[in-house]
Amino acid sequence: MLSQRTIESFVGLFLLAAMMALMVLAFKVSGLTSFFKPKSYTVIAMFDEIGQLKVRSPVKMGGVLIGEVSSITLDPQSFKAIVKMDIDHRFNEIPDDSSANILTAGLLGDNYIALTPMYSQTFLKSGSTIEDTHSAMILEKMIGQLIYKLGGGSSSKASTTTSNTSNASDSNKIDDSNHNVDTQKRIQK
Amino acid sequence: MSMDVAALGRWGIDSLRELGRAGLLLLRVVFRLPDFKKGFPLVMQQVYAEGVLSLLIIVVSGLFIGMVVALQGYHTLVKFGAAQQLGPLVALSVTRELGPVVTALLFAGRAGSAVTAEIGLMKATEQLSSMEMMAVDPLRRVIAPRLWGGFISMPLLAIIFNTVAIYGAYLVGVKWLGLDAGAFWSNMQTSVDFHLDVINGLIKSVVFGLVIVWIALYQGYYAEPTSAGIANATTRTVVYSSLATLGLDFVLTAMMIGGW
Repeated sequence: MLSQRTIESFVGLFLLAAMMALMVLAFKVSGLTSFFKPKSYTVIAMFDEIGQLKVRSPVKMGGVLIGEVSSITLDPQSFKAIVKMDIDHRFNEIPDDSSANILTAGLLGDNYIALTPMYSQTFLKSGSTIEDTHSAMILEKMIGQLIYKLGGGSSSKASTTTSNTSNASDSNKIDDSNHNVDTQKRIQK
Repeated sequence: MSMDVAALGRWGIDSLRELGRAGLLLLRVVFRLPDFKKGFPLVMQQVYAEGVLSLLIIVVSGLFIGMVVALQGYHTLVKFGAAQQLGPLVALSVTRELGPVVTALLFAGRAGSAVTAEIGLMKATEQLSSMEMMAVDPLRRVIAPRLWGGFISMPLLAIIFNTVAIYGAYLVGVKWLGLDAGAFWSNMQTSVDFHLDVINGLIKSVVFGLVIVWIALYQGYYAEPTSAGIANATTRTVVYSSLATLGLDFVLTAMMIGGW
């Protein structure tokens, strides 16, 4: 039988280990930073469309993390999304005519804001607004536009085969439209 | 036919009575004035017996489960070119499900069975009744510290399990399979939410801990005072608490996903 003191020291170590593990879970795994916010200043940008941007999405410049999105609201008058971002105070010389893009990390990744620096000699400071913004690309809209364009292109061709009502004509149409997609792709390249 | 119906009825009444006795036991242990000065050292001893002594099995299984999940996850993710998402995959599955549930199952096997066997033997050798003779309340002296010990140990063990499992995944994903360490952690941080994932997992483990020690205490306290009775009680502890863990896990997950 261990003495009470030994038992208590073991339990104390156990508690310490668990607390350290909780710290790791909080800060390393879930990235909980709201307790110890690094010094930062807030910049506002208005976007027409923010896609899947969320609070705590990263803000990057040249691919390097410089801050995060702190709040997203909708302006009730202009119906634009107001995105506030906290930028690390070390990067306090960002030109105020820089542009903000909402990009996607990889094909399936999350959205993030990419700032592109310009050449102004005045710098962004707390509360200033980025005027030059580019909305998020919405994949569905792009596909929709593509299909719309393809549909407009192939309808004239399809009209030449409308007199044919057999199944073969249908497959011809499909072939035609496939062909169109190919040419479209080639043109885009 | 009528005999079968009667047997069914008797089984129903017996089960309900058993549930009621277990509920009363819990009620008598939980709702009473605590005596911190006498109780604290006893609870410490139980945290040691149920928590500290379970650490080895928890750490080793956490490490290996993290490594296996990382290996399996990588194997599938790499087919979609999404191997960078290994961190979120492991962290979410461990903090949300595997951590609390596997810890609870191990805890039931390691600590729950020990509690049942200990109390069952105390009862069989009439230690509990001799305590009553000496005007020492066995509920306060024996049962309550074990309940609180399990209640405290279980979430702590689950936290340690989570952390070790994630480092196991780091070991396999980054050190062995060569993923980028920065992407591993930063992808994890963007997709894991402290409250929704980590804290909800810990709430689960608190519930599991309470239910497991409750079952273990009940089975021990009302065990048939023979060697076969204690053996049966220990088996039932492990079976019932594992089933209760898995069942409650579904209910809790459904509630948490529904936002309570």
